Amino acid sequence: MKLMTMRILVDLNRCQGYGQCVFLAPSVFELHGEEALMYDPGPEEEQLIPVVRAAAACPVQAIRVERPGKQA
Amino acid sequence: MSPANGAFGANGHVVIVGASLAGLRAAEALREEGFRGRLTLVGDEPYEPYDRPPLSKQVLTGRAAPESTALPQASGLDAEWRLGTPAVGLDLAGKRVRLADGDELGFDRVLIATGTRARPWPNPAEAALDGVITLRGRDDTVRLRRDLAAGPRRVLVIGAGFTGSEIASACRGLGLPVTVTERAATPLAGALGGTIGAVAARLQLEYGVDLRSGVSVTSLEGDDAGHVRRAHLDDGTTLEIDVAVVALGAQRNTEWLRNSGLGAGPRGVACDAGCRVFDMYGIVTDDVFAAGDVARSPHPLFGFEFLALEHWSNAIEQAEVAAHNMLHAESERRPYIHIPTFWSFQFGVSIKSVGVPPLGEQVVIVQGSPDERRFVALYGRRGRTVAAVTFDQGKWLEFYVDQIERAAPFPPQYRNVAQPEARQVLQAEFPDPALPTEAPMIVRTGHSPTERAWTLMPAGGGRR
Repeated sequence: MKLMTMRILVDLNRCQGYGQCVFLAPSVFELHGEEALMYDPGPEEEQLIPVVRAAAACPVQAIRVERPGKQA
Repeated sequence: MSPANGAFGANGHVVIVGASLAGLRAAEALREEGFRGRLTLVGDEPYEPYDRPPLSKQVLTGRAAPESTALPQASGLDAEWRLGTPAVGLDLAGKRVRLADGDELGFDRVLIATGTRARPWPNPAEAALDGVITLRGRDDTVRLRRDLAAGPRRVLVIGAGFTGSEIASACRGLGLPVTVTERAATPLAGALGGTIGAVAARLQLEYGVDLRSGVSVTSLEGDDAGHVRRAHLDDGTTLEIDVAVVALGAQRNTEWLRNSGLGAGPRGVACDAGCRVFDMYGIVTDDVFAAGDVARSPHPLFGFEFLALEHWSNAIEQAEVAAHNMLHAESERRPYIHIPTFWSFQFGVSIKSVGVPPLGEQVVIVQGSPDERRFVALYGRRGRTVAAVTFDQGKWLEFYVDQIERAAPFPPQYRNVAQPEARQVLQAEFPDPALPTEAPMIVRTGHSPTERAWTLMPAGGGRR
């Protein structure tokens, strides 16, 4: 089991499929069709910077990122 | 933010029974609102709280690992966890929760957030066959993934509600042959009605699902080794299968409250609009609260009918209201007036809903076109708007939330958005509520803590 240090939660009610996260962290977020967002809720630590950028860029601020035991 | 009230806020003990989305959110909200006392979360599964929606989607397709679904937790939660230890009873007079390992937890306030579980296949011997599976928790997904990885000749999905449809979508994504059976005339009929369900049916067929609507599975048959190999349908057909996913909706986890004196039963735990639980006489309790899938409460926007909402956002927002009301005096309590909201991703389409579609008698496409799988459908009841459903048009929902809150006239006349030329008001075609269909996710449960709008009973002989 890989060590999970980052946790992501997307409020998919809020998500409107703008796709900014897909551009900024393509190995974590992907759109199926035009609006259905699929994502890896526990990506590798090396994805932290892209993920934090994706969360900041989300037009509807639907992405929450936490790092257990650390300040995200 | 007001300081949590007095001695209770500083030294009290809150026990949260149910360590999933609602339980975790309530714990976080209690701390956010200044609760400094003791906090204990009780969970029947051995895992810390995790998010369920990915289980039937990216976890099933292998895009994400089952253990990666652990929910983010606010730092400083400072909670005691009793995971893998189901609660087995609640002593209202003694203010204690009994656990399966014999321990008892005294509480000052308790939150009931025990949620639901998958409705099992009605025939226990058939349900015990290898390859027959329900999907609700992490362990279920691990099992189903293993079964799908074995390269089944065909997967049967029994019940075309949201969970069943998403599982069928994931199976098609993995390239597996899939048959979906649904007792109603279309998939999603209980949640969206047959008219919009027909759009979902076309979607399934396009993606290569062998969709059988209006039929029931009468029995599942295993081989000598006890693995499911055949399914028999009530139209006389036999299907050769290696996996049968039973997606017949949810049952509320209220058995542990039997004899507690609370207004709890198969339809859920009855509570007021402030999440305070009713006792069996319909008298509201002071220190017992409920939130999430297991709760049913009167909804001010929908005729004060008791609704049980099996939605992600309901778990979060109801938990926040329950936490707030646990900490505040009468005059500062908040009502729960959440507009039901949910999403489902299947076959490359995002289906979203606001309001209560099953209250709708009629439906009209107000934007877009079902042929293009991009549209907004509005549901009306007695001349007012009660719900909106979108296929790949989620950005419009906020507008319709406002329409629903104001009980806007139906059919609507908007001048500010382009509308289809030949607009037609259609019957919504919800199935006869007396017949069990797939999971409606919004369950209308009557107008009083003890009344019920209808009974959902499996038909005899292992049918559904």
